[in-house]
Amino acid sequence: MDTENCFHCGNEIIKKDEILFDEKKFCCNGCKTVYEIFSQNDLTCYYDFQAAPGATPQDIQGKYDFLDNEEIVSKLLEFQERTTHIVSLYIPHIHCSSCIWILENLQRLQPGINASQVNFGEKKVRVTFNPEQTSLKDIVYLLSSIGYEPYISLENFDEGKKKIDRSLIYKIGVAFFCFGNIMLLSFPEYFEVEEYWIDQYRGFFRWLIFGLSLPTFIYSASGYYVSAWKSMKSGLLNIDIPIALGIVVMFVRSTVDIIFDYGQGFFDSMAGLIFFMLLGKLFQKKTYDFLSFERDYKSYFPIAITKILPNGEEESVQVYDIEKGDRLLIRNQELIPVDGILISEKASIDYSFVTGEAVPIEKKSGDKVFAGGKQMGKVIEMEVLFSVSNSYLTQLWSNDVFQKRVEQQHKNITDRISRYFTPALLALSVVSFIYWVFIDVQTAFNVFTAILIVACPCALALTAPFTLGNVLRILGNRKLYLKNALVVEQLAKVDTIVFDKTGTITTNKKTAITYEGTELNTSELKLLKNVLRGSNHPLSRRLYEFIPNQEKLETSSFEEIIGKGIFAEIDGNTIKLGSSQFLKTMTENTHKKTKVHVEVNGVYKGSYVFNNQYRKGLEQLFDDLAKHYNLVVLSGDNDGERSILEKMLPAKTTLVFNQKPEQKLQYIEQLQNEGKNVMMVGDGLNDAGALAQSNLGLSISENVNVFSPACDGILDASQFDKIAFYMRYSKNAMKTIYMSFGLSLLYNVVGLSYAITGKLDPIVAAIIMPLSTITIVSFVTIMTNWYASKK
Amino acid sequence: MSVIYLLITISIVVAIAFLVAFIKAVKSGQYDDDYTPSVRMLFDDEIVKENPNKLIQTEKQKSI
Repeated sequence: MDTENCFHCGNEIIKKDEILFDEKKFCCNGCKTVYEIFSQNDLTCYYDFQAAPGATPQDIQGKYDFLDNEEIVSKLLEFQERTTHIVSLYIPHIHCSSCIWILENLQRLQPGINASQVNFGEKKVRVTFNPEQTSLKDIVYLLSSIGYEPYISLENFDEGKKKIDRSLIYKIGVAFFCFGNIMLLSFPEYFEVEEYWIDQYRGFFRWLIFGLSLPTFIYSASGYYVSAWKSMKSGLLNIDIPIALGIVVMFVRSTVDIIFDYGQGFFDSMAGLIFFMLLGKLFQKKTYDFLSFERDYKSYFPIAITKILPNGEEESVQVYDIEKGDRLLIRNQELIPVDGILISEKASIDYSFVTGEAVPIEKKSGDKVFAGGKQMGKVIEMEVLFSVSNSYLTQLWSNDVFQKRVEQQHKNITDRISRYFTPALLALSVVSFIYWVFIDVQTAFNVFTAILIVACPCALALTAPFTLGNVLRILGNRKLYLKNALVVEQLAKVDTIVFDKTGTITTNKKTAITYEGTELNTSELKLLKNVLRGSNHPLSRRLYEFIPNQEKLETSSFEEIIGKGIFAEIDGNTIKLGSSQFLKTMTENTHKKTKVHVEVNGVYKGSYVFNNQYRKGLEQLFDDLAKHYNLVVLSGDNDGERSILEKMLPAKTTLVFNQKPEQKLQYIEQLQNEGKNVMMVGDGLNDAGALAQSNLGLSISENVNVFSPACDGILDASQFDKIAFYMRYSKNAMKTIYMSFGLSLLYNVVGLSYAITGKLDPIVAAIIMPLSTITIVSFVTIMTNWYASKK
Repeated sequence: MSVIYLLITISIVVAIAFLVAFIKAVKSGQYDDDYTPSVRMLFDDEIVKENPNKLIQTEKQKSI
């Protein structure tokens, strides 16, 4: 059935819209045009790397007019010189090798582009162009015309040069360099051969090793000293204290050893230890470049908007420059950036981004419109009431309660263990020291330092990073993207789960449609389908898809009254579709459900009801979760669905309705005051406060590339029914960590038995340390993968 | 026997040269994106020179 799909974008082709071009089938004109552009420029290789890689280009007429404004453009540019400009554009559609290929061949499509480079992980393309031959606006138009529309938002404002922190990589490089060389140079001494040349060059080797250990000791390990110092100052005993202590003692003792010619010292173990621990840090630092967990309204807002000057001219202005009293022009699909009053007669505004509710709200002239809504349909005009920073939504964001991340004075598992470990270790070394002082003072010093060296909790410190890093990767493959490793620990501690309703436990994609009223016969359905074809209203589109395929008829007259409905004449029949006020024949004031009423030839037939559809596996999931967790459903909607939910969900589930964003936040806070560990699962911005307040905020997203509010984790909506598995898995991960702690303590006991008796040779230390590291790393990797394979 | 001083000095210098090369590579951003280059190297410039229509044809037949 391959032939039924569009050659360019892979979507199914609707027979009547099919376009044949160059012996290939396309679903629409847009796709055909892209193909034409590519074939004219010898770029059809695009289709060789992957079948149907494209996207249908969207109509962007006028959308990027603001790129004519020099000031805005210069804010977006990364680098600016007379003949060279560099810009990085975020393109959500980048998804396969064909995308990389076409985007790196942009110079063949447009003269003036010198080079373009894709960063696949970040979904960004970096374009170098000559501003004398082309402009940023042309490039954006070019990208849009081939289906790669860039996403430019207020966040890009002041982009310029972003500093990337690569210090960890440098540190690892230096540590590995030192570690390798020290190991090689230490080899002769390991075998303790009494040969003339070894004796002769011993001093040279030792001082060379000393020199090589300095960069590791001073530079690579610097993070541990800083962290140990900080934690000591704040009175917390974290794992970095024994680590830093171990490193320093190792270095000092080794230096003393070689100065007084006692032995070769422990420089090899020290460099190895630092290298492995840094590697653990790198492993834990799994990041999802293309996702951002720290979003605020800026990533949603447009960078510029069209302002209507008093003389009627249109001009693009930066969003920050909008002032009270300005008149703005909002096009189809554009976001309203500020609060204001609608001047145009009607508007249909989609607040799904704020409330999670997918159905657009109709506004009349003179109504207040709030920032964050998206205009659907015609171009509207509005007058500004507040500037950006004073609008309701942005106020909400800047609100202290919304901003304040619960003081994450949260101790991680390693630090909790080290609270006991560190004092015990110090006590043990002091006791042994006192014991040996009475026998032999020099051995006493040896024992004291040996204990601190061998007990340096390298394996202990590595356990959590490797386990959690691996868990993060496994979850990422299963489409749960967590912000960092700490979140896994949090996940295991949760005891209460709060769900938002709209968009979280319901999908806003597919709405089940039911019909109420007099049954429609086939010819009536045929009329209805043909009338709906002409309408672009979201409800019409959905209804159109819902009604089975019908023969095509020409409408003789068609009138769509925005915000009300459709009036059409077809085949001599009149059809009226729309809201109850529009039909006027009936008195219904229940707004609990979204309905489309139908009237044929002046006779009222009935209505199509759009029900919220619950996500697949919801009942099963709640049944599973109810065994171990307190469940709450927190909804901003009215309680129209209370009875359905009560029937579907376990009896213990608490249902709360009519909650405003602030109330949601307070509800979570109240649960926390009762000592609960709360996980909030939500989607829209109306949950943003609750997500921030909760111990763990999980955001559900139909498409992870689309922006979601600030949170600790993003879950792909298709995996919603797996939440119970993730919760179980996180608990198993913690179990693995405890087991591995036991193992590493075992190694410590073995090492300590050498140390206390004063027999710690450098070679024993050099063997035990890497061996324990390898054991721990393989153990946790095997365990986490095994738990993941278990259902 | 003093040749050992020379050899070890040379070996350390070579090792330092590699370390410097590594740091330079990191600094220039080579390690920032570790996926795209792996795809990019597979693009063959020569494909473009041939008749593109033919290629597509074969691609299509394969997929059917």
